[in-house]
Order: sequence, then C-alpha cells, then structure tokens
Amino acid sequence: MDFKDTPEQAEFRKEVQAWLKANATAKTKDGGRTSQEEAYERAKAWYQKVYDAGYACPTWPKEYGGAGLTQIHKVIWSQEVSKYDEPDGYFVIGQGNCGPALMHFASEEQKTTLLPRMASAEDVWCQLFSEPSAGSDVAGLRTKAELKGDKWIVNGQKIWTSGAQHSDYGVILCRTDTEVSKYRGMTMFFIDMKQPGVDVQPIKQMDGGSHFNEVFFNNAEIPDSQRLGEVGGGWGAALLVLMNERLAISGVQPDGFPEFFELVQTLELDGEPVVNNPVVRDRLATWYTRHAGIKASTNRMLTAVAKGGMPGAEAALGKLVGAVMNQDIANYALQLMADTGAICDDALAPQKAHFQKSVLFAPGIRLAGGTDEVMRNIIAEQVLGLPQEPRADKGMAFKDIPSGNQH
Amino acid sequence: MNFDFSEDQKFIQEQARNFLSSECTTARVRQTLEGEQAYDQALWQQIVELGWPATAIAEDQGGLGLGYLELCVIAEELGRALAPVPFIASVYLAAEAIKLGADKAQQDSWLPQLAAGEWIGCLAVQEKPGALKLGQLATTVTDGKLSGKKTAVLHGAIADKAVVLATENDQPGLYLVDLSASSVSRKSLTSIDPTLPLAELTFDAVAAEKLADCKDIQTLLDTLYDRAAVLLAFEQIGGCDAALAMGKEYTVGRYAFGRQVASFQAIKHKFADMFVATELARSNAYYGAWALSADDAELPLAAATARVSAIDAYYECSKENIQAHGGMGFTWEFDCHLYYRRAQALSLILGGNPQWKELLVERLLRIKAA
Repeated sequence: MDFKDTPEQAEFRKEVQAWLKANATAKTKDGGRTSQEEAYERAKAWYQKVYDAGYACPTWPKEYGGAGLTQIHKVIWSQEVSKYDEPDGYFVIGQGNCGPALMHFASEEQKTTLLPRMASAEDVWCQLFSEPSAGSDVAGLRTKAELKGDKWIVNGQKIWTSGAQHSDYGVILCRTDTEVSKYRGMTMFFIDMKQPGVDVQPIKQMDGGSHFNEVFFNNAEIPDSQRLGEVGGGWGAALLVLMNERLAISGVQPDGFPEFFELVQTLELDGEPVVNNPVVRDRLATWYTRHAGIKASTNRMLTAVAKGGMPGAEAALGKLVGAVMNQDIANYALQLMADTGAICDDALAPQKAHFQKSVLFAPGIRLAGGTDEVMRNIIAEQVLGLPQEPRADKGMAFKDIPSGNQH
Repeated sequence: MNFDFSEDQKFIQEQARNFLSSECTTARVRQTLEGEQAYDQALWQQIVELGWPATAIAEDQGGLGLGYLELCVIAEELGRALAPVPFIASVYLAAEAIKLGADKAQQDSWLPQLAAGEWIGCLAVQEKPGALKLGQLATTVTDGKLSGKKTAVLHGAIADKAVVLATENDQPGLYLVDLSASSVSRKSLTSIDPTLPLAELTFDAVAAEKLADCKDIQTLLDTLYDRAAVLLAFEQIGGCDAALAMGKEYTVGRYAFGRQVASFQAIKHKFADMFVATELARSNAYYGAWALSADDAELPLAAATARVSAIDAYYECSKENIQAHGGMGFTWEFDCHLYYRRAQALSLILGGNPQWKELLVERLLRIKAA
C-alpha cells in the first residue's frame, strides 16, 4: 500500500506538470458547460496537441499511437490534467471502447493505420450497439448484416449513438443469423460512417441538446476484412468492449462533488456562506464519502489491472454511484438557490448555470451505457453470483422472440 | 502507486480468517451475547498467544514490529467474526493512547505488558451524552489521586487498567489507573451489543500516573481517535461482508413463488446496493490505512471519511440482511441481529456519525483553505 510515486513516476509527473502548465487552459472559478459545437472543436484541438506531445492513450503501444506506458502513468496523467479546464475525456468512447476492440480483433495493418488516427482524434469513432427494440436487452438487436461475396450488407437502425454526427468510423454489432438463439447470432464489425447508406439523425433530448443520435443503415457496406472476431462471436466481443467502457468511464464520470463544494463556499444564505449551515454540511459529508470512495475504488481497480488483472464488473460501481449523485447534487444545489434556482441564464446563475443544465442532463447519464438497474443486475449476477432472472426467450430461435413496443 | 495490501499482509489476513472461522463461530459469540461471560477469555488468550495485540508495537517494546497495515487486516477479520474480546479497548485505544501520550520510560514498561496480554487496557473519557468537551470535564486529579465518574467505557468492567481523561490544575491530561484498586467501583451497563459491553467507572481518590508526554491533549485525542477510526472501519467492513454473505446464502437457498428468492430483482438490487456501500467503505478504509501507516498529513480527512463511510455501510448491510431474511431475520435464533447490534455498537464508539460528519467537513474546508 503506497500512494507515493516511485522516483520514475515522480519524474513523469513533473514532466507532465510542466507540459500542462505550458499548454493547458487554467480552470476559471465560474466554470460551466460550453455549447456542443464549441466543445467538439475544443476537444479535437486538445487531443491533437496531446498526441503531438506524445501523451495520447498512455497505455497503448507506441506503434499504435500510444505512449507505451502503464495504467499508473495514465492515472498520473488523469490526476494532473483534471486540475485544468481541458476536455480530456471527450473521445472516451472511441479510445476507451473501440480502441480495445481493434487492439484485440483487427489485423496488424488496420491497427497501425487506424489506431494512431484514433489516438490523435483525427478520426472520431462511435459505438453502435443500442437499437429501438434493444436497450437494456442489447442482445435483442435486429440490425441485419448479410454476406454478399466478400462484403456484408447492413440494414437497420441504431439509436443513442453518442457522437455519431462527428464520427468517421463506428464499431457495430449486427444480427447475422436469426435461426439460432439470440446470443449466438451476432457479429461485430467496424464500419465507415461517411459512406452512402449511413444516415445520422440527431435526437433532440429533454435538455434541448443533441448529444445522441439515431443512425439508419440502408444497404451500407462493410468489407469482410472489417469483421472483428468470429462470425457469430459478436456477443463475447461486445462484452469485452463494455468491460473496457466501464473501466474507461470510471475515471471520468462526473459525480458533481467538486462543483458543489465550490458552490457551498460562495453561495450565501441569510448573509452567510451556505457551507456554515449544518444541514448542508451533513449532505456535503455524505457526498464527499461517495466522491472519495469512487476515486479510491478506481485506484484499487487500476492497481489490479496494473498487476495484470482484467477490469471486473466492479467497474459498474463508479457509474452507478456517480450518475445518481450528480443528479441529486444538481437538484439540491437548485434548492439552495431557492427562487433564483430556476434561472438558467448563463450570466446570472452560478458557474454559468452548471447546476440548472446538469439537473436536466443528469437523467440521461443514469440511462446511458447501462441503466442503474442494469448496473445493479451486473453487480448482483457477475460479482455476487446471484441467480439470473428467469428469461422467457431462453432456448428460442431469435426470429421467434417478440420484442419492442407491441401496441 | 500501489493501492492494495502486500502478499505478506494478505497471508496474515488469511491466517486470521482461518483461525477465527474455526474458533470464533457465532455459536461461541452467543455465549457472550447471552451473558454467560463478560468476554471470551479463552479466545482472548489464544489471540494473545498469536501475538495480535503486539502487531503494531515496536520490537524493542515487546511488540512484533509489524505495522498498522497488518493490524488493519486483522481488524477486518475480528469484525467479520464478531469476536467478543477486548481488542478494540486494549489495542486500538489503550495501547495507542500510551504510544501517543506516555514518555519513553512509561512506554518501555507498559507496552510490553500490553503486547503480551499481561493486562487488558481500556479508555475512559466520556462523562455524559454528546461530543466530548475538554473544558467541561468533571473528573479531576489532585496530589496524584483521581476522582470522578466515567461512562460508556468499552470493556471497562473487565479491563485491568484504564487510561482516564481528567483535569489537573485546569489542564486536561491522560492518567493510567489500576482498576483493581478498592477506590474504583465498576458497574456493568446494559449495552446494545453485549459482546462489546460498556461500563460505568467511579473513581474515589484513586492513585493515578500521568502519561508524561501529553502536551496538546486535543491534538493527541484527535490523533488517537483518527487511528482508531481507521481500525474500526476495517472491523466494520468485515462485518458488512459477513452480513452480505449471510443474506446471499439464505436467499439463494430459499424458494418462493416457485423460484429462488435471490433471483428476484428486488432482492438482487438490494444486495447490489449493499455491495456498493461496502466497496465504497472498503476503498475509503484502504485510503485511511495508507494515511495511517504512512503517518501522512491526510490522516485526519482520510480517517473521518473512512469512519462515516463504514458507519453508513454497516448500518445498510446489517439492516437489509434482516429484511432479506423476512420474519426469520427478526428472531433471536437467527444471527442477523448479531451484525445489527455490532453495527450499532461500532458506530457509537468514539462519537457517532453526526460528530464524524462535522469533523469531515471541518477538515475538508481546512485543506481547501490551506
């Protein structure tokens, strides 16, 4: 048990600190969320800068555009960059999910051409799993891929695809056999998103933003060389991707605590900072224990990964706890602001209306990447080994299973 | 960075777990719970022979010269097994108070005795309900004689000596008192967890030796409580694990509506929440363990975080274990209440959750201001 850097790690940290000091944007007190387009442009520029300096994807091998370092170096990088106002987690889905999928299943040539472009965010990647009739039951997906010669022809629809509107490529899970049971008839590919037959339609969310998209496939083509894993082996490949996703987001999932801590020290109630109020202090203490607990749990997980272990289903914890806490904090922050809490004006509300925006965006985080309920099932079944819910579709051929809205 | 216990420490933990699972069954814990004895003397003797009280005492003071990390893994196992022994009172409280407040000569004399289990120590500070206020102590020392009354003294009825907080010439300090003296009267109090029994101690001009190195008593007590908070957090997560395992085993084996009770999402999600609370508490306790063993400046915040987190997690796990058992969980016969009682008792030693939450916030703001 040792939280101190080794001399080599301390050296790396100093080097990172110096580079960030010269290149990263300092945090401002008012913080706040920026517009979607502006955030995307900033993220592209930041990732390129990081890549040019050799710090992109620290744990990836150098020949694939990474820095060839360990998970611990990545933690050091994340700790240091979090002190600045930079969008360092913006392309986490590509680098965190699609990257490992390519690393595992793509050919050497594909890896050496595509991964460095992913590391620099020159190419943006998305993940195409969820469908209108396959949300929590993602293995119920119906987007069909049929082999014609050496090409797969794709027809169907994906939904809730983050960043699809900016994406050059996507990792896609398709139904390739409807005669077998649902888990056995899927295959994973990567697809060119800029080709004819791929139509991206942004979804207007309840908060007014459009982070997610619907993606329609109409005779889109995928060369067989872009298949990731065996035909029919898509489910196993997808589980590997999802496992990596949980590890990737566990470090960047916002839980709302730092912003809340800032707010309670600046906001006044009856002429005093609200942090002097015992009721507020009680909430602050509870939320801090969760904030610190998530951080320390992530470090325990990374220690295990650094020793050669796989990220386990325990990684679901950070998202499960952080997402709902983020929502509750935003709600509580508004309550503290009382009548003025409803004002969403960037210029008037604290931290550029961060809490007002969060209260409207937070419900989505509890659903994206596995709902709270799916996360609890994963923990119960995969970590605690509890029995599965009896399933009505067990042993049925996929084509005979009813799904989606039937009215 | 390495956020895990070493292989050696894990080995110590495994040995402790094996020993306790055969020697400290819940049937045995119940002998103390049901009042057949004030503590499990035979088990305590075995624990002394294994050298556990000597774990974090230096070799030249009769200890094993290991450290707090080794003591943490043992604490987790004692908590898991609900061990009905005065380990908290004697090891985390009395021995640590002596390490912090006694001078070298006193330490050289007392610590080897504590390490060898020659006497059992306890800590007597509390005089009335609520947070301890140094300026309001009614226990006083005059001409080396201590008088006053202390309450809620953990294992006070069976300990041989007590470290007592008292005021001499308006200066608070710690004093070692021999509890076998005739000027000490002890009363066992009915406690929520009889396996962690409390007592009231009344001192009537009893001879007391001042711990000679107590300079800033508030800082000393804060450090003492912070150290104990981390060690107690490990006892608590051990208990969380045990309660969760018990609920799991019962609901996996029980059928209702034609299926395993543990296959219902209402039950699975309950266990998932218990697991999450335990993992957060465990991670916070690990951080506390590191700060404790490294004597890091972050100990005060890390200890308060570990403490609040562990109190919350054990309450959740012990109460939901009862719930998952249904009516059987409410019987005396089932062990659910042993964990529930222990969760309550552990959460109250050294001040309850509201006190520690307040400390946590004070410390968080202090770090922010620095």
